[in-house]
Amino acid sequence: MKDVAFGQYYPADSFVHRLDPRLKILFLIAYIVAIFVASNFYGLALCAAVLILAVALSRLPVGKVFRAVRGALILVIFTAVINLLFHSGKTVYWSCGILCISKEGILFSAYLVIRLVLLVICSSLLTYTTTPVALTDGIESLLTPLKWIRFPVHALALIMSIALRMIPTLMEETERIKNAQKARGANFESGNPLRRVKAFIPILVPLLLSAFRRADELGDAMEARCYGGKKRVKYKKLRFSWRDLLAAILAAALIAGVVLLRVYLGEIV
Amino acid sequence: MHALEFRDVDFSYGDPSQDANAFRIRKLNFTVEEGEFVAVLGHNGSGKSTLARLANGILTADGGEIRVFDTVLGEKNLFEIRKQVGVVFQNPDNQTVASIVEDDVAFGAENVALPREEIGRRIDFALGAVGMRELRGATVSRLSGGQKQRVAIAGVLALKPRIMILDESTAMLDPRGRKEIIDVVLRLNKEEKITVVLVTHFMEEALLADRAVVMNRGDIVMQGAPSEIFARSDELLAYNLALPRIAVITKSLREGGMSVKDTLDISSLADEIAGELKCGS
Repeated sequence: MKDVAFGQYYPADSFVHRLDPRLKILFLIAYIVAIFVASNFYGLALCAAVLILAVALSRLPVGKVFRAVRGALILVIFTAVINLLFHSGKTVYWSCGILCISKEGILFSAYLVIRLVLLVICSSLLTYTTTPVALTDGIESLLTPLKWIRFPVHALALIMSIALRMIPTLMEETERIKNAQKARGANFESGNPLRRVKAFIPILVPLLLSAFRRADELGDAMEARCYGGKKRVKYKKLRFSWRDLLAAILAAALIAGVVLLRVYLGEIV
Repeated sequence: MHALEFRDVDFSYGDPSQDANAFRIRKLNFTVEEGEFVAVLGHNGSGKSTLARLANGILTADGGEIRVFDTVLGEKNLFEIRKQVGVVFQNPDNQTVASIVEDDVAFGAENVALPREEIGRRIDFALGAVGMRELRGATVSRLSGGQKQRVAIAGVLALKPRIMILDESTAMLDPRGRKEIIDVVLRLNKEEKITVVLVTHFMEEALLADRAVVMNRGDIVMQGAPSEIFARSDELLAYNLALPRIAVITKSLREGGMSVKDTLDISSLADEIAGELKCGS
């Protein structure tokens, strides 16, 4: 966990890893739009095909991809069951009170499950192939237009970058405080949930205090390095390459395809 | 022209009647020459860190004036002064703003809006000067304490300061990390001709300086070459400072009846002991 690559990043050198983070964020947004525009299984099949291509290009192990879905498994199952039981339709196979299982219900919940799974895989593809640092740079760059309404984009980007920088430090600190409390006989593992949550208060208080002290010192160190001037530049510039162009074309083609399938083939089934 | 000059500087912090940490600097006068390596010593609360923070305007003096290469420090030239006076702080974890080494070193240069190629050159220079060029793309949180602190020094160097103040920058490091930092500082002083003010409570580090300054309760109480300062062991002990190990050994040898001279050099002490032993046998 002591890495910038905390969380999900899977280091590899692939087509997807090398894409500009801005493009990956925009691609994800386009993909989400496409999933919601897709109104039938042909549209979803197209979305799935694009995602399979992206996963193949990212050189991620298939296990990793499924692990992402496993995280959202409860949500997926819940959605499937609720829609299966409550969606009414013409061809009813079984019914009991307000509950019924129909052909339309089965199709509709399959449609929702596929949507959800695609959504989860695509967003974790972004975090698997992009370091948090690149992600913040990308977000900063995409927010640049907000400067026109005097939104402090630079400051926001710096806040995000410092937050990322401090995560490993604060994790270490949490571990240290936890051990110190354990040495004094604190118990974090047993008891009912409320008790366990309560046991964390003696960790949170010192952690918070130390975070404030760190913030104070960091502020001094930043000022000492001339922070606070009106002009500030950024050393690293993000650059679009031919890969990004290809990915952008793919995203555009996907949206166009999904829209066409919706217009010509209509709703589900 | 002095590199750094404090003229009758007043500064107070907190209310002495209520706060145990409150303290006061009164009419402090202090100068550092260009190219000099000065060690500032003192126990906790002696005002040595305040001295460091006053010198580049992180703290503002209540009275008197602070001059950097003859320019009086004021609100208008704060950024110009900070470019010339770099400060490295104590905790290596609380000085870096970015997760990647080169991004952090670039921070200062980005703040003063240098052209991109120049920032690249400065990163190269600064990391080279602290011997970390090959770790340019490394993750800060994975480095050792000494390496983190060298990154902090590089971050300051990227602004090309003429004076560098180290405010207890070795206090939280292990002996190896301390040595790394002191070696870098000595090299910067000799090769890059950067004026160094080293605030510390490790007496061994002060031995390497051209001049040592001892502070007590916001006042400068002793000043001179390290060998002179450490010869006045009783005074140092009165200011709650420990003697360097070699001075302790010399002192106890003398108390044990050996007539060794005061020295801060291990090999000359060894020679003296050898001479004494020969005479005795």
